[in-house]
Amino acid sequence: MKKKLLSLVLSAVMVAGLVAGCGSSASQTTEPAAEPTEAAATEAAAEPTEEVADVEAAEAEIAKEAADAVADGETITIGFAQVGHESDWRTASTKSCQDVFSADNGYDLTFVDCDNDSAAQLEAVRGFIEQGLDYIIIDPIVSTGWDTVLTECEDAGIPVIVIDRTIDDSDKYAAWVGSNFKTEGLAAGEWLKAYAEKNGIKEINALVISGTTGASAQIGRSDGFKEIADREGWTILDEQTGDFTEEGGQQVMESYCKSYDGKFNVVVCQNDNEAFGAMTAMDNAGVKYGPGNDVILISFDACTAGLEDVKAGKITADFECNPLAAPFVEEVIAQLAAGEEPEKEVYMEEHWYALPDAIVDFSIDGEAQTMTEVTDDVIAAQY
Amino acid sequence: MNTDRKKAHFLTKVKNWPLLLPVVSLILVMAVNIVHDAATGVNPLSFFIISLNETTSNGTILYGRIIDILNRGSEVAILALGMTLVVSSSAGTDISVGSVMSLSASFCCMLLAGYGVSSTNELAVPLVVGVLAALFMGALCGAFNGTLVAYLGIQPMVATLILFSAARAIGLLLCNDLIVYVRNDSYGYFGGFTGPIPTPIIIAAICIAIVAITLNKTSMGMYIQSVGINSKASRIAGLNSKRIIFLTYLICGLFAGVAGLVNSSRITSADSNNIGLYYEMDAILAVALGGNSLGGGKFNLAGSIIGAYTIQAITTTLYALGVSTDQAPVFKAIIVIIIVAIQAPPIKAYFRKKSLEKGVAKA
Repeated sequence: MKKKLLSLVLSAVMVAGLVAGCGSSASQTTEPAAEPTEAAATEAAAEPTEEVADVEAAEAEIAKEAADAVADGETITIGFAQVGHESDWRTASTKSCQDVFSADNGYDLTFVDCDNDSAAQLEAVRGFIEQGLDYIIIDPIVSTGWDTVLTECEDAGIPVIVIDRTIDDSDKYAAWVGSNFKTEGLAAGEWLKAYAEKNGIKEINALVISGTTGASAQIGRSDGFKEIADREGWTILDEQTGDFTEEGGQQVMESYCKSYDGKFNVVVCQNDNEAFGAMTAMDNAGVKYGPGNDVILISFDACTAGLEDVKAGKITADFECNPLAAPFVEEVIAQLAAGEEPEKEVYMEEHWYALPDAIVDFSIDGEAQTMTEVTDDVIAAQY
Repeated sequence: MNTDRKKAHFLTKVKNWPLLLPVVSLILVMAVNIVHDAATGVNPLSFFIISLNETTSNGTILYGRIIDILNRGSEVAILALGMTLVVSSSAGTDISVGSVMSLSASFCCMLLAGYGVSSTNELAVPLVVGVLAALFMGALCGAFNGTLVAYLGIQPMVATLILFSAARAIGLLLCNDLIVYVRNDSYGYFGGFTGPIPTPIIIAAICIAIVAITLNKTSMGMYIQSVGINSKASRIAGLNSKRIIFLTYLICGLFAGVAGLVNSSRITSADSNNIGLYYEMDAILAVALGGNSLGGGKFNLAGSIIGAYTIQAITTTLYALGVSTDQAPVFKAIIVIIIVAIQAPPIKAYFRKKSLEKGVAKA
């Protein structure tokens, strides 16, 4: 009897947990006001800069604009159908939108977390149309099947702004804001070329731990890096997927260390988590990596934890994938409000991080790039 | 004549050995590597060589692909233990184990780092609190599943579907939607090394030993099988069928907690979205590859464990062969189909008939 009671109590606790769980993950919350973030103003977006003074100025600017907007009583209503909350990057992306489109800034944001369910996302967008919102932001879970619902948006006269991932089968949206993954891959390749020249490394034998097969980040980064590798005649020994996870990176690197023992001098991980895993595996294989060691470790994403490892001299260079799309979206909205035609594709400003020793001059398609030195301040400011 | 009979006797024994097919499957998978290595001009046995290797962080460790299989296969082996018991007692599967792994790991890391902290080098509470919390959370989920299945009579698949979808989400809530990094060497121990041996191997061995000893030294194993074969008859015979089913789910949940702890310790973080993802499928597959019927009743624990390592052997082999990753799932599927097919009753029956016919022809 006692045991029965215990199991009943335990299940009651679990049910309570479930209810709580559903309550907060089940979408449709209007976000409370939040502090305006760095670089949120139109001007800051148009001319991104890392100087704190500018950001502060920009913040003051937003505050003023927001005050104006609120004074005018023109609250702009926005619906945002987000993919889900599967990674730190995604959380940063969500937070960016919630911060920029806050009530203080004169916005009313309806945020829907679609939990990686594309049908739910279509429903969310239809809901936005019914509510008659001013603008709709979509981070499409899948790239196809959008034409019908985007036509409905067009008929309702609601401009749609697509962020991060792309829509392939319809062009009925005002603008797309996101990262150019191929540029990230090209940047990694061009950097490696310059770094190798500086350090007198003649031969490049690279191992690639790629992201989830078919993800746009994986395709872009692989293509970009491979383009440079082909041009320079580098050897890419192998490319296997680590699924963007630390455990995946560990397993793949563990195997690489045995298959290509002593034959590689570059490891390219397509996100920071994979790089963390690759480091553990290389530690266990006795392979030394990082600036000044045998193996050059390249990573993408540049999240806080990744930059800490750059600072600690483990990752040689880290190429950012900027999750803070909201300031750029705000700029697009401002253009639309003013009756201007925004650019169809807006690429976000991204940074390439390294320690001073690994900072070299390089250019992509003739365009000179500046690298950012990783300091404690830079890490603290990162998402 | 005598030696001939002895030989025949030995052959029948081998033929009737329940682990024959699982073991043959495992050997076949590994044999692929010998063929590949020989064809590419490497030492044909290089896949099997275990050596001592100097690391930069953990001293000298055992090193080799076989160690990788044993190490990486630990979680699925641990899960397969609980899954075997659940399948046997209730003729159903616990599909929540992967999510429960994630929840346990998240709960543990949340306590160790403190709520809302996304990265820490210092532990907020003693390590043992976190470890016990992970095990407790696993057992709690197991108890929840067990109550639904045993006392409320809900279909196992439906009952465990609840935590399958909810546990991971609760874990995310506990971690504030972030990956919680516990970058502390003491936490990394469970996924690291004990002397030269990877700790997960030791943990898996301990779990296997505990279950094996409990089943052999007590009548628990018999009870579970009899409940699985006919729970009504077992109840009339004086067994508390419900309690036994409840217990198997509790054990399964507890082991999911252990597996979650090991998996999260490997990456010294709680990656709620990815820890234990699809592990429930591997655990169920391990039980099936081990020659167990998913219809409940009689079970063979050793078979499930061999099944678990077979799955890892396939993965490690595909890595070693350098099969491009977009094709790897196809190869995995083909291998699994072959293994399952040779163990299917009609095919087994066909071969038995063939050999009988041969025997008749000889006579």
